[in-house]
Amino acid sequence: MSDSTVDADEVRHVADLARVDLDEDDVGRYADQFADILDHFETLDEVPDVEAEPDLVNVMRPDEVEESLSQEEALENAPETEDGFFKGPKVS
Amino acid sequence: MADAHNAFVTEETIEGAAEGPLAGATVAVKDNISTEGVRTTCGSEMLADYVPPYDATVVSRLTDAGATIVGKTNMDEFGMGTTTETSAFGATTNPVDEERVPGGSSGGSAAAVAAGEADYALGSDTGGSVRCPAAFCGVVGIKPTYGLVSRYGLVAYANSLEQIGPLAPTVEGAAELLDVIAGPDEHDATTHDAGADSDYAAAATGDVDGLTIGVPTELVEGADDEVRRVFEDALETYRDAGAEVEEVSLPSVEYGVAAYYVIAMSEASSNLARFDGVRYGESGGFEGNWNESFAETRAENLGDEVKRRILLGTYALSAGYHEKYYEQAQEARAWVRQDFEEAFADVDVLATPTMPVLPPRLGESVDDPLQMYLMDANTVPVNLANLPAISVPAGESDDGLPVGLQLVGPAFGEETIIDAAALLG
Repeated sequence: MSDSTVDADEVRHVADLARVDLDEDDVGRYADQFADILDHFETLDEVPDVEAEPDLVNVMRPDEVEESLSQEEALENAPETEDGFFKGPKVS
Repeated sequence: MADAHNAFVTEETIEGAAEGPLAGATVAVKDNISTEGVRTTCGSEMLADYVPPYDATVVSRLTDAGATIVGKTNMDEFGMGTTTETSAFGATTNPVDEERVPGGSSGGSAAAVAAGEADYALGSDTGGSVRCPAAFCGVVGIKPTYGLVSRYGLVAYANSLEQIGPLAPTVEGAAELLDVIAGPDEHDATTHDAGADSDYAAAATGDVDGLTIGVPTELVEGADDEVRRVFEDALETYRDAGAEVEEVSLPSVEYGVAAYYVIAMSEASSNLARFDGVRYGESGGFEGNWNESFAETRAENLGDEVKRRILLGTYALSAGYHEKYYEQAQEARAWVRQDFEEAFADVDVLATPTMPVLPPRLGESVDDPLQMYLMDANTVPVNLANLPAISVPAGESDDGLPVGLQLVGPAFGEETIIDAAALLG
């Protein structure tokens, strides 16, 4: 049995985690496509362990205060604002 | 005839400095690169009205060098596609053949250059998005070494893989544009000192006498017959000019597409979480709670391929699957890197067909996502290994469709691949 068989419930669960609403047509279509794609991803099981040195390392420095966008500029693209703040839906 | 190929999302002129190496030149800029005061949509409904309050570093460097920006080019939504058909602003068509796709995701940039609507263009390349459209439209495109060009102001899709790169009618032109945009930037901590005082344009001589070219058999065997014929002819041109061509093997690249898509989708699922309809985009309304509102605006304003990648990326990172997909993909990435390093101990550059296929017809490849992903087999290993690569027109199929040759170099080996590519263009 392939581990990658994806059923509609799993697609709904992932869509919920990802905060993307799906209609029922999407759920069925994605379930079929995901099965194909994840089957291909399964080939990664065959990849051997590799000893590798990371070539990027963290470089730290103290924070410095610099010029930045004004509050107005930062809010320019927000669909709704209130008293100089972003306006979002209620949290719970 | 204004924009016959739907190459632009927004046609607007941004004047450059009066003098500089690009004075008098026009440049088209991919619509995921921020331009202050000019909307930057990423080909998405989500950002249809987004106007950046600042310029990307590459944009300031272009205008400081005297270039005039002529518009923002069409692209697959957020760079997710190989054909420029996933744009919310309609597909771009290929100037070589109107019934075919220009490649993607920087299809508008390649089409603008191929149609002469701009002298040069900038694209971004996460898994081949500069090289693929360059190959399909018969122009030159460069994916620089990771860290050579600043990503500040590039709307992120998969940060660990992507670089901004130039497109131009000639190798020398692309190199000239790379000279302007390359070099360290305090706003992008992954940039490197290499490229600070570059003169890549001067390297474009086409002198390949004594150059050793490795051909990875794994990336040639799967190509269409027509593509292989043009590729073999190009190798013959290199032999005639004094290069030595030898076969090499990169066994890891068989896993390239799987590794690339797992990593790119995982990074995308995190990066695109910022599009919540609160700071930018369409508000999801105030009826429900945060999660409901967020899920609604994303459902309405993101396209099919973008949702697919967000969901698959979320899946690959979720409890129980993280080790199986994401960690294995990172192992594969390390293996690909090691394979290339070993190959470059013996050869100077590697050569492959840029794309294993000719440009598909419009509508032909959008319904089968896996088939579309597999078209990227020859380009994604380069991003996984952080290496530089160039696509240069190698010739045409019997029907007159362009075929690109890809040359890959060692890290920061831009001069070598530019010099070698100049033999063909």
